[in-house]
Amino acid sequence: MSKLLEVKNLSVSFDTYGAEVKAVRDVSFQLNKKETLAIVGESGSGKSVTAQSVMRLVPTPPGKFVGGEIRYNEENLLQKTEKQMESIRGKEISMIFQDPMTSLNPTMTIGKQIAEGLIKHQNMSKKEAHLRGIQLLKLVGIPTPEVRIKQYPHQYSGGMRQRAMIAIALSCNPKILIADEPTTALDVTIQAQILELMRQIQEETGTAIILITHDLGVVANTASRVAVMYGGKIVETGTVDEIFYEPKHPYTWGLLGSMPKLDTEQEELQVIPGSPPDLAEPPKGCPFVARCPYAMNVCSDYMPAYTSVSSTHEAACWLIDARAPKVDIPESAIVEGKDIYVI
Amino acid sequence: MSYEKEKLLEIKDLKKHFKLDRNSVLKAVDGITFDIYKGEAFGLVGESGCGKSTAGRAIMRLYGATEGKVTFDGEDVHQAKSKKQLKAFNRSMQMIFQDPYASLNPRMTVKDIIAEGIDIHGLIKSSKERTIRVNELLEIVGLNKDHGNRYPHEFSGGQRQRIGIARALAVSPEFIVADEPISALDVSIQAQVVNLLKRLQREHGLTYLFIAHDLSMVKHISDRVGVMYLGKIAEIAKSDELYREPLHPYTKALISAIPIANPRVERSRERIILEGDVPSPVNPPSGCRFRTRCPLAMDVCAKVEPTWQEYKQEHWVACHVYDDNYNEEYKNRVNKKIENLQV
Repeated sequence: MSKLLEVKNLSVSFDTYGAEVKAVRDVSFQLNKKETLAIVGESGSGKSVTAQSVMRLVPTPPGKFVGGEIRYNEENLLQKTEKQMESIRGKEISMIFQDPMTSLNPTMTIGKQIAEGLIKHQNMSKKEAHLRGIQLLKLVGIPTPEVRIKQYPHQYSGGMRQRAMIAIALSCNPKILIADEPTTALDVTIQAQILELMRQIQEETGTAIILITHDLGVVANTASRVAVMYGGKIVETGTVDEIFYEPKHPYTWGLLGSMPKLDTEQEELQVIPGSPPDLAEPPKGCPFVARCPYAMNVCSDYMPAYTSVSSTHEAACWLIDARAPKVDIPESAIVEGKDIYVI
Repeated sequence: MSYEKEKLLEIKDLKKHFKLDRNSVLKAVDGITFDIYKGEAFGLVGESGCGKSTAGRAIMRLYGATEGKVTFDGEDVHQAKSKKQLKAFNRSMQMIFQDPYASLNPRMTVKDIIAEGIDIHGLIKSSKERTIRVNELLEIVGLNKDHGNRYPHEFSGGQRQRIGIARALAVSPEFIVADEPISALDVSIQAQVVNLLKRLQREHGLTYLFIAHDLSMVKHISDRVGVMYLGKIAEIAKSDELYREPLHPYTKALISAIPIANPRVERSRERIILEGDVPSPVNPPSGCRFRTRCPLAMDVCAKVEPTWQEYKQEHWVACHVYDDNYNEEYKNRVNKKIENLQV
């Protein structure tokens, strides 16, 4: 596995009225070539800020990079000037956003929005960019692209807008595609279309994808590796099978347990009691301590270190420590063997 | 269920059309017929724009019906009513809204929000009684009684949804329409709210109409589920039967599109991916509305609208494939396919 992008000890804060919100705290992960890394977590867990940091889209101020580095091509992206970043955004790393309604420019035709990047990064003429635009729309499955390319976003449906966004993001053959909740605003049948499209495109172009989502179903469907975020920290990373079948962190257990299962009758859904921590005053120790049913004294005072479970799987939890009492995965979090019956 | 069920609501050929301009009419709900039994949770699912929210609102008389009849406890809902009658009627039906941020008045304290219905209907005699009742309601939905003096902005999304639920419960309704009550919440919080709704149903003998697009949550909370497509109901069945043996091709596609949080199942699963988008409800397709996206569409589907029939006990469907008059063509095609395979 060769490393494409490495995030090391990234910390990002936001200055708000009265307090400094520590949205991302000491986050490290790597992205390998041709893989799909899913970052899962609830709203406010820092997953979107992490993704935006890679693109340097965090507005500074109020945001600020407190520490760490983002290494891409032997360089630290955090030290680039805005001008230098412009030649990376869209060309090397590009992004698709959650809401295709608000992230496309309503006053420009779709064709013009695709051509923008092509003209800037690939020195194409307007005419070449137009032809390439038609090709791209065809690639993302938009019927009659010759007509559609001249239309405005409001003439597209939600699913088609998301396809157009993907076309824009792919226009310059980026090495990394960051997809921030790409299907959250879409209906299930359209979601299935878009996920299938992303998979096809990855097969054809070999682009590595960082997928930000809170939907574990989407993760199981598309990801090869998973990082689980909570309270501004990554609490567990592993291959998709390791996270779903051998999860180690109680938060991951809670997430897996709170998903309703389609094939079993449950009277009560498993819940994670309480709500996420306030990141203006993050807990000193493990961020999950207040909601964790297995919390010990040590958990509130010291952040657990990342412990390797296998060469690809690590978790930050004191339960893995040899001195901790042995705790089994709760029944509700066991995924294996369930939902086998599907249509 | 073996005991004789009592109908609480009878919805007969309900239509709700919106006039857009002189020539076009948006047929949001275009003839739906079903019953809701006392004490059950009836789930209504469908993609955005299928008319499920409009149906919920028309059933509650938040919209006047264009055609058709809704009977609640033997009483015609849409019939002209005096102010007094309407007030009494409104007390028996309440609604929980989708967006917990927009549906609570930011300038009222939580106490006043919850007590508004109590005040209007004159259900209490003294301010002391009012406080007692509000505190009781806060406790029922799992909030603290000190919370009563605060304002909505001081609460998280999940807590706000609890306030909305307390407000709906305040006038002791019989029937609650919950329009996407959890879709604005995080996964772990969704489970909390769903469990709360289920518990309240048990303890207070409530009847729910639960509107949502998330099929797995709907399955979890509902006894029976209706699937809507473009203003019509495609299928109604008991919820586990609907998921186990869906009949309508749209239901099949919808269920197969849900990503399941189990990577091995996802990898081996064959998905029905529907092509294209939902057609406009201003100009719905002739015959069966689903035919433009239906993998099984026959010639007859464009000409004749499928009848609404009880194909199996308590399992209703509107599809020509299950109609003895028309399914000849379908059977022939299936047989041909089998022959081809054998050759």
